[in-house]
Amino acid sequence: MKNVYLIAWAAGSVLAAHPTAAQDFLIRGATVHTASIRGTLKNTDVLVRGGIIVAVGSQDGSANATVVEAGGKELTPGLFGGLSGIGLDEITEEPQTLDSGLNFKSPEWNQQWRPELDVVLAYNPRSFVVPITRIEGVTWAVLAPSAADSIIGGQGAAVSLDGRYEALLPGTRSLFVQMGAAGAKSAGGTRAAEYMLLEQAIHEARAAGPAMPGALLHAAGKEAMIHYLSGGRVVFQVDRAADILKVVAFAKRNGMSPVILGGDEAWLVAKQLAKANVAVILNPLNDLPADFDRLGATLENAARLERAGVRIAFSSGDTAQARLVRQLAGNAVAHGLPWESALAAITSTPADIFGLGASHGRIAVGQTADLVLWSADPLEVSTLAEQVWIAGRPVDMRSRQTELRDRYVEKVKAHQAR
Amino acid sequence: MTMLSHAAALAAAALTVATACASEPFPSTYEVPAATPTLIQGATILTGTGERLDGADVLIADGRIQAIGNALHVPPEARVIDARGKWVTPGLIDVHSHLGVYASPSVKGLEDGNEATSPVTSNVWAEHSVWPQDPGFQTALEGGVTTLQILPGSANLIGGRSVVLKNVSGATYQAMKFPGAAYGLKMACGENPKRVYGEKHQAPSTRMGNVAGYRQAFADAQDYQQQWDKYQRESAEFNKKKAERTEASLKKSKDKDSTAQKDLTPPSPPKRDLKLETLAQVMKGEIRVHMHCYRSDEMATMLDVAGEFGFKIEAFHHAVEAYKIADRLADKGVCAAMWADWWGFKMEAYDGVQENLALVDFPEHGCAIVHSDSADGIQRLNQEAAKAMAHGQRAGFTVTPERAIRWLTANPAKSLGLDDRIGTLEAGKAADVVIWNRNPFSVYALAEWVFIDGALKFDRAHPAVKPRSDFLLDAHSAEAPL
Repeated sequence: MKNVYLIAWAAGSVLAAHPTAAQDFLIRGATVHTASIRGTLKNTDVLVRGGIIVAVGSQDGSANATVVEAGGKELTPGLFGGLSGIGLDEITEEPQTLDSGLNFKSPEWNQQWRPELDVVLAYNPRSFVVPITRIEGVTWAVLAPSAADSIIGGQGAAVSLDGRYEALLPGTRSLFVQMGAAGAKSAGGTRAAEYMLLEQAIHEARAAGPAMPGALLHAAGKEAMIHYLSGGRVVFQVDRAADILKVVAFAKRNGMSPVILGGDEAWLVAKQLAKANVAVILNPLNDLPADFDRLGATLENAARLERAGVRIAFSSGDTAQARLVRQLAGNAVAHGLPWESALAAITSTPADIFGLGASHGRIAVGQTADLVLWSADPLEVSTLAEQVWIAGRPVDMRSRQTELRDRYVEKVKAHQAR
Repeated sequence: MTMLSHAAALAAAALTVATACASEPFPSTYEVPAATPTLIQGATILTGTGERLDGADVLIADGRIQAIGNALHVPPEARVIDARGKWVTPGLIDVHSHLGVYASPSVKGLEDGNEATSPVTSNVWAEHSVWPQDPGFQTALEGGVTTLQILPGSANLIGGRSVVLKNVSGATYQAMKFPGAAYGLKMACGENPKRVYGEKHQAPSTRMGNVAGYRQAFADAQDYQQQWDKYQRESAEFNKKKAERTEASLKKSKDKDSTAQKDLTPPSPPKRDLKLETLAQVMKGEIRVHMHCYRSDEMATMLDVAGEFGFKIEAFHHAVEAYKIADRLADKGVCAAMWADWWGFKMEAYDGVQENLALVDFPEHGCAIVHSDSADGIQRLNQEAAKAMAHGQRAGFTVTPERAIRWLTANPAKSLGLDDRIGTLEAGKAADVVIWNRNPFSVYALAEWVFIDGALKFDRAHPAVKPRSDFLLDAHSAEAPL
């Protein structure tokens, strides 16, 4: 524990030496997808000062700012990269490069719950994954702990992918809980025990005094837990319709603010989710009965949830391929989701779900200038990001992959012309 | 039956097995179904030959493409599809699928893709693991996939035989088996075999151990083949002598010498070895090698191994670094079957670039293939190609739709040795046809009609036409309470 704090402190001292300042600039004549109630605005200008959007509309050109001519091209808010291990995990099959999961390998009957774990402490903004993701228009993501040896993964939070050491987006910290069949594996073999163990942890958290021997929680864990029992955001990964309803009821009964992650069968209980105002973060490509929790998976999940009035956001859960979030949205449109709702599901809605709606996820006055200018329809797979800005700073549109490309494209072209 | 003729018959049977496999076990029971002739009118057609035809027609009947052109005559009783504004392509072909062998749902009882008990299992055949009820076959069909090669997994250096299936529903895999398609052999480079066996503290645990393993297996197969060649020579010699003596004894039939043939013993056939038999067939070019290989240096090593033992590698699969040796692969006539953008899940996949397909496609004779290796990805091969096209264009390559469609049709057909039957829309070819609601290289594109051998197998507007796995019966019954 001591070491962790030292590292966190050391990182903090570096932050002051932050290099580039945000530019003031005007993006002129864009097709602006605001992801807000204003919808799409044609031939519109967006003025950015000090990293903040200060005007959306027609500008007379006297703004005294660098002008970026959009030429009618489409502009969106920076995209949400879903729940992933960007900057935590580098190469899935190389354990030394992985920091997203806590596993003490303690036996099931003596398991340790560590809700106090915060995976953001492991975030490395210099991971190759960060630029590879952000040049595709993904400007922020939620770092989520991966499967652990208990159903409590720990805490995660949203980060900006601008490459700065201080990347945390305040107010986004959330607790992650694995339910369903995947959780049952570490809960003695039955999903019923997931609730039993949660109840036990809640009792421990609420009990005064030091932790009893054999308790699930340590002192810091009790503290963390109490926060989530007082309206904290708890992301429950769960797919089966019956489980979703139980999770929502359980969370509400215990003072948590639940978010459903996964939700392959959420459409089956869409009305109840809408009524309880519980959002679902899903992968709209999931349509196979991948296991017995997901027999009802369908490509129409997103559209059906939206029609029922459920707030939806998209996440593949993949780290290296978090950049493909646009493809998730585009496919949801192909299967019945309105285009504007699909854009919202990768911009404004996830921002709202994680408490960032006032500063991120929309093109609106007062919002952080996370912006992407696209070659065409941003949800189309053949469209590419032409320029990305994060908090008003233009992103260097290079990554290790573009460097590899440039090295070998020349070689192949030189060798032979078709 | 005399002893002699029995032995000769045995020898003949064994020879057949060891050489040409003429009487194939597990024969296909698939037959081209009777179907209404169909005229598709006024479509944008990507033929797979590199051509694009606008406002053109396709006539399909008797399981084949009958004609392609403008204003084709409407045959009597033909189904006519007004395809104005729609796009038509050959049925898509995925050369790398584990549908059926790693089925949905992913449960222990259906994990049948890796015989990870020995690094060389050329004796196993993927078809014996295929569960025909895998619901993934149907979702792939909805994505326009009409032919798939089912491969064993990549735990082993030599994982076993593949099987090529038509994406038709059946209670048995034989009912799906592509008649006359050559077998493939799955081999694997790199991290998977060395990890799987290294963790068991046995060989291979390194890349050099991998290469030693392939070479020893093929060396053993050479020896095996030599035994059969020797046996074949001795059998021929025996039969010749036998005939001579029979002739001689007929001539002097009065002078009966029953002991004359006693010193003439028939040669004994070597014992069949199913592992080596498959590898021997590979070296004869009867079985086509499909090799999981990520890194360019390992692909180059394997081209040398193939050279040493005289076999051809048809395609490197995954081939995340194929772009680094695109010219060499083209020169050797080796295809690369790739994803558009997968990378980062292991060290050997760390150098992925989104221009891989375009770079492999660029040299003369370059053979780029989009593959899935995924029950999800196989549903959207067209989108994979679209992404790769866009990145290729940005890198300065001209990649037209009529060119890129070959990555999903003609090129995979070539790697399977089926390019004379499928993969392009040309008169005489099998009528595997997809009608898309728009340019297929779009995220919004959906296959509306899918034909296999001229029979309508999927019709998006009429769910009754859609096949449904036995497994999923009643699975969506919960739709009712809403």
